[in-house]
Amino acid sequence: MTQRKRATPSSQRQHGVSALQEDEDDIPFTQPSTSQVQKALENVTPAQLDHKASEVVQYFLVKQQKKIPVRRADLVKHVVKEYRNIFPEIMKSASKTLDQVFGLKLVEIDNKNHLYILISKLENVDGPHTSVSSPKVGLLFVILSVIFMKGGVVRENVIWNTLKKLRVDPGEKHAEFGDVKRLVTDEFVRQRYLECVRIPHTEPVEHEFHWGQRAELEVSKVKLLEFLGQLHDQDPQLWSQQFKEAHSSVNPPSS
Amino acid sequence: MMQGNMSQQLGNSHRRFLQTLMTCGSVDEPGARSLHQHCCETHNTQYVPDQLDNFINAINSKLQPLFMQIRKGMSEESGQQHYALVNMAETEVTRMSSDYTENELELFRKTIDLIVASDNGLALSTDILNSADTLTTKKLKKTETEQLLKRLVQDKWLCEKQGEYTLSTRCIIEMEPYIRTMYPEQVKVCHICHNIVFQCQTCENPVCGVKIHFPCVAKYFRGRSVRRCPACDDAWEHEVPGTVFYLFLSSTSVLKVYMTLKC
Repeated sequence: MTQRKRATPSSQRQHGVSALQEDEDDIPFTQPSTSQVQKALENVTPAQLDHKASEVVQYFLVKQQKKIPVRRADLVKHVVKEYRNIFPEIMKSASKTLDQVFGLKLVEIDNKNHLYILISKLENVDGPHTSVSSPKVGLLFVILSVIFMKGGVVRENVIWNTLKKLRVDPGEKHAEFGDVKRLVTDEFVRQRYLECVRIPHTEPVEHEFHWGQRAELEVSKVKLLEFLGQLHDQDPQLWSQQFKEAHSSVNPPSS
Repeated sequence: MMQGNMSQQLGNSHRRFLQTLMTCGSVDEPGARSLHQHCCETHNTQYVPDQLDNFINAINSKLQPLFMQIRKGMSEESGQQHYALVNMAETEVTRMSSDYTENELELFRKTIDLIVASDNGLALSTDILNSADTLTTKKLKKTETEQLLKRLVQDKWLCEKQGEYTLSTRCIIEMEPYIRTMYPEQVKVCHICHNIVFQCQTCENPVCGVKIHFPCVAKYFRGRSVRRCPACDDAWEHEVPGTVFYLFLSSTSVLKVYMTLKC
């Protein structure tokens, strides 16, 4: 068994926005050209490539537990390291493995900052041990529904008022969720379920919420509308705007 | 009957099982069976009740090149077999290294130190807090340590009960090779099942001192009215979990005592 030495990830735990800024000591990574990759591949055995791809897969899986996006810079610095010249090949192999073994799709959600997330290709189905019925998911679902029904963006006070009506007060510590405000503005945002944007020229500062990239990829608007239809005992088609929106966008993959 | 076909392709039923297992940390045997059924039925794959092991073998054959495996281990609390997805390549706690900072990992290692050194597989929170003061990397404050312990429990590495911390079943399954390597002298093995042991009963005979898991004690002594240590034949002084038994005192009076399983 090989003993692998990892670089100490002193700044691995990222909080909020600082996750997007690259460390000063990062060697800027630019994608190698196809010819560079081909040349580098000549010096690498298939076994070495596979081994690196496995390490990348494991790195992604660990991050996936917390649904934290992976920065390309971190991936190169801590995992790929001296094999950076065959980075595209490693990613291709890792992506294929994640798909075929785990049913997870590797998606780049930010082309500028190069962030990746994993989304499940399998449909969310209620069953034993699933998190579909977890309270956090329920809360998130409520927020996503509100945003969607209101055309895709809402001011933060609308969210807080909605939650208050459900006896989830962002000002108080909640028995189940703890610090509700932190859950919504920090955790859900970091996981890319929500996007929180400052509204300019507001004093005190106000924010508005959008669906995050992960929500766009993972949550089926069609299903959400159907669920709301059942909840309100209404034909989803009667929400014509939202119905159109839900059926026009590319649906998340189903099983 | 198909015997663990090693080149069997994975279907979505396998992938769903794997994804769920990853989210839960570990799953007990009945849970694994119902999950197996749920996964097959969701993806319209034929479900054969006794084929769980073959199902898992198929997944494992694809996980092997990734140095990962679904492995089985016994819960020291319930005696149930649990399944967990573990890393096989790591010889240290590097699997956690992208989730925890260096000093947090050091504290976790110190917690393992305490658990391994203890007689009963428990580390007291006060002792862990004291360890936080002795870290060689960067010291952790009391609140930081408490937060860290909470995360370790949430991430299913540790279990906590009334201020005492134990290794979770998933942690034991995953870290057994690491612990055996790091603590070759101190690591103990259950006399009955021969697996690594933390929470246990110990033979009172100072020359003997064998250790047995609580569930293994219950199983071994089931139906036996006279309890003797399987290694040295001395009287087994401890209360046996989950059974009715008779305790013979030196004056030969008989006491009937009901014990419930220590949880």
